[in-house]
Amino acid sequence: MSTEHLRQNQIVAKREIAPKTYWYDLYHPKIARKRQAGQFVVIRVHEGGERVPLTLVGSDPDRGTVTLIFQAVGHSTMELARLEVGDALLDMAGPLGRPTHIENHGTACVIGGGYGTAPVLPIAEALRGAGNRLIGIIGARTRGLVILEKELGSLCDRLEVATDDGSYGRKGFVTDALAALIAEGTDIRFVLAVGPTPMMRAVSELTRQYGIPTMVSLNPIMVDGTGMCGGCRVEVDGQTKFACVDGPEFDGHLVNFDLLMKRQGAYRAEERQIAENYEHCRIAGVLDA
Amino acid sequence: MSEVHPSKQPRQPMPEQPPAERVTNFNEVPLGYTPEQAMAEAARCLQCKNPRCVTGCPVAVDIPGFIGLTKEGQFVEAARKIMETNVLPAVCGRVCPQETQCEILCVLARRGEPVAIGRLERFVADYEREHGPRETVPPVPATGKRVAIVGSGPAGLTCAADLARRGHSVTVFEALHELGGVLVYGIPEFRLPKRILKAEVERLRDLGVDLQTSAVIGKLDTIEELLGPEGFDAVFVATGAGLPKFMDIPGENLLGVYSANEFLTRSNLMRAYEFGKADTPIARGKRVMVIGGGNVAMDAARTAKRLGAERVILAYRRSREEMPARAEEIHHAEEEGIEFHLLTLPVKLVGDEQGRLVGAVLRKMELGEPDESGRRRPLEIPGSDYESPVDVVVVAIGAGANPLIKDTTPGLEVNKWGYIVADKATGATSIPGVYAGGDIVTGSATVIEAMGAGRTAAAAIHLYLTGEAPERDGAS
Ligand SMILES: Cc1cc2nc3c(=O)[nH]c(=O)nc-3n(C[C@H](O)[C@H](O)[C@H](O)COP(=O)(O)OP(=O)(O)OC[C@H]3O[C@@H](n4cnc5c(N)ncnc54)[C@H](O)[C@@H]3O)c2cc1C
Ligand SMILES: Cc1cc2nc3c(=O)[nH]c(=O)nc-3n(C[C@H](O)[C@H](O)[C@H](O)COP(=O)(O)OP(=O)(O)OC[C@H]3O[C@@H](n4cnc5c(N)ncnc54)[C@H](O)[C@@H]3O)c2cc1C
Ligand code: SF4
Ligand code: SF4
Ligand code: FES
Repeated sequence: MSTEHLRQNQIVAKREIAPKTYWYDLYHPKIARKRQAGQFVVIRVHEGGERVPLTLVGSDPDRGTVTLIFQAVGHSTMELARLEVGDALLDMAGPLGRPTHIENHGTACVIGGGYGTAPVLPIAEALRGAGNRLIGIIGARTRGLVILEKELGSLCDRLEVATDDGSYGRKGFVTDALAALIAEGTDIRFVLAVGPTPMMRAVSELTRQYGIPTMVSLNPIMVDGTGMCGGCRVEVDGQTKFACVDGPEFDGHLVNFDLLMKRQGAYRAEERQIAENYEHCRIAGVLDA
Repeated sequence: MSEVHPSKQPRQPMPEQPPAERVTNFNEVPLGYTPEQAMAEAARCLQCKNPRCVTGCPVAVDIPGFIGLTKEGQFVEAARKIMETNVLPAVCGRVCPQETQCEILCVLARRGEPVAIGRLERFVADYEREHGPRETVPPVPATGKRVAIVGSGPAGLTCAADLARRGHSVTVFEALHELGGVLVYGIPEFRLPKRILKAEVERLRDLGVDLQTSAVIGKLDTIEELLGPEGFDAVFVATGAGLPKFMDIPGENLLGVYSANEFLTRSNLMRAYEFGKADTPIARGKRVMVIGGGNVAMDAARTAKRLGAERVILAYRRSREEMPARAEEIHHAEEEGIEFHLLTLPVKLVGDEQGRLVGAVLRKMELGEPDESGRRRPLEIPGSDYESPVDVVVVAIGAGANPLIKDTTPGLEVNKWGYIVADKATGATSIPGVYAGGDIVTGSATVIEAMGAGRTAAAAIHLYLTGEAPERDGAS
């Protein structure tokens, strides 16, 4: 495909890979060339919009595209979901954050919960590239929400799926799948988990008992993503860190998850208010006009 | 008829929005001179042959020159005169600390009130923007040299303009989605309306400068890559002092505790004060406490008031005499009902079960012997702690150097605080072809000092690229 006619930040492919979960390929040749596993971008959809951090799930340097996968959970991500192929994001800054530290651990296990399976993908790719034997675990509430099974499966020597309701794979949580692997005697030397904060906490609690080094990718509320505002501060080993520049990955055994969850809820009332206004406009046909 | 020179007349006062009204909006507080007021004020200037005022201006604005034109009513010409050396006159007329830069040196200040240089600068710049024909930029022969500017604050913008005027091809890389640095994310709308900044930045586009936003240098390209594969011949680093400082007291990560950078960025850059029209939220506290005594603290306190706080308290650990903020800002804040709690040190922030801030423990201080800086050292009074209910705290105790460039540029010398070491006379750093200036070199300073550094570096970069000493600044 010729890319000459493309504008920066233009969407060249869009797929709904699960309900309210979208795969976008966007044209940004420079970020496509530079990005490393574990990094993210900050985007804005339109004037007046929020700055939204999203993980760089992959890229195609030849086509000059980067892949973002996101779940439409609130106002900004719903607005993002309304864009179509040919539309362009207003802004995209990156690649931000420290790249994942990659080495050959022997056997490594990557765990993705919900949309967190997407950020796991580039890290799995890098761990694989470094020669690790790789085990993947995908967790989701129900069968329809399991994403990227094929993509992650092709990188892993073994892939487990766990659903809360048992509609697919093992019934239970990702921690049940991980505990079973450990019980089988699998010699896991490194765990990386991305997903909802309670899930990352549970994984870290489990691996702590076995002394398995564990990294988690934190997603506090961010503004600039460059270390300028301090809004993304998290506590690791009793010290304050800025997740956007010191992370987003940290040692799961040292993270204060309690604080993270509280801080993630800082603007719940405002988020609800703006989502309601938005729904109201949609119903009134203002936005669709 | 008595021949009293107008310099004997009192300085023209600045009309302002009354305090009770202005705390309910984000519109500008000073309303600006009328043409008549401007001409009357300009007439006070003695047109000194050796103007002392100019020596106080880091970019050497031709002050008698532009004031003389203002007196004649030639406002557009007056503005163009300033623009020969200052690309942001409408900004500087508003935010320069004139009382310690140019006006303090005005001969009239010896016996009375100095000429209102800043207010006149603001007036003619506004007049030119609103009434003047769009300036046409005379083409300069291209040198074929390419310069990258990292950061679009006053230092970067000034350097970019000066280099473009000398025929170099200039690209500005800015990490955020808007241009202007602190001028756009820090200084509030009621002191510097964004549309005025935007118009001044547009002039750079007219000069042919390539302005790239959302470009984080050190991540997207490193300085090495800019000088290597990206094909730039020189780089000017003007990344500012954008690292927020916290106090390291218990409770600082509670919900409702902000750095001044975050609080002001949410309100200004993200326009949270227009929540509903813009999507980014901000906590609107009922009882807000701002910690600090500088300009940034005043801006945060006045912003909190406008966001609807019932009470805004400013806690400062020294006394009023030591407050580093401009007198005008302290005055404005007081008029707006900001309560100053002096000789007060927050020692702990208290939260509820949900991790939300509910109070602050404050300790009384007293002044002891002067320290190295000559200011009397604040000493804690044991047993004086008391708790005060607050639901938002803004920490405005200064900023440090963002390590992004340092960490990604091997060989770049920095001092023990992480600021880039640069030659005062040229801005040259430890790496050939890499120059630096503004807050990333000096630590937090002023807009006009950053612009002065941009100017100095532009002259040195020109020399480095062409081997020619630049024509005398401002003579063009
Ligand atoms: C480094 C990083 C990488 C991320 N990668 C992905 C990804 O690949 N795919 C994906 O779907 N999501 C990702 N997220 C989360 C995503 O940024 C949020 O879902 C999004 O900002 C929600 O905005 P909203 O307005 O749609 O929802 P809202 O209704 O505003 O909020 C919903 C939830 O998102 C969180 N949130 C709100 N604003 C922000 C913000 N500015 N920054 C971070 N979190 C916020 C809130 O805590 C809340 O729990 C990532 C977050 C971070 C910090
Ligand atoms: C709230 C506040 C109020 C102030 N009020 C006044 C006042 O009234 N009068 C006055 O004279 N001074 C005032 N100051 C100080 C003044 O604003 C600064 O001294 C001045 O802006 C410094 O200019 P600068 O160009 O060095 O940096 P900045 O204005 O800080 O600009 C630096 C720019 O570089 C960008 N950047 C940083 N890192 C990178 C990177 N890696 N890649 C690309 N871009 C990057 C930043 O995003 C930023 O836009 C105030 C400061 C603050 C914070
Ligand atoms: S730029 Fe600032 S310091 Fe210089 S003359 Fe104008 S107001 Fe004074
Ligand atoms: S020193 Fe004062 S009176 Fe003299 S030129 Fe400057 S502004 Fe005018
Ligand atoms: S998002 Fe502002 S410092 Fe991390």
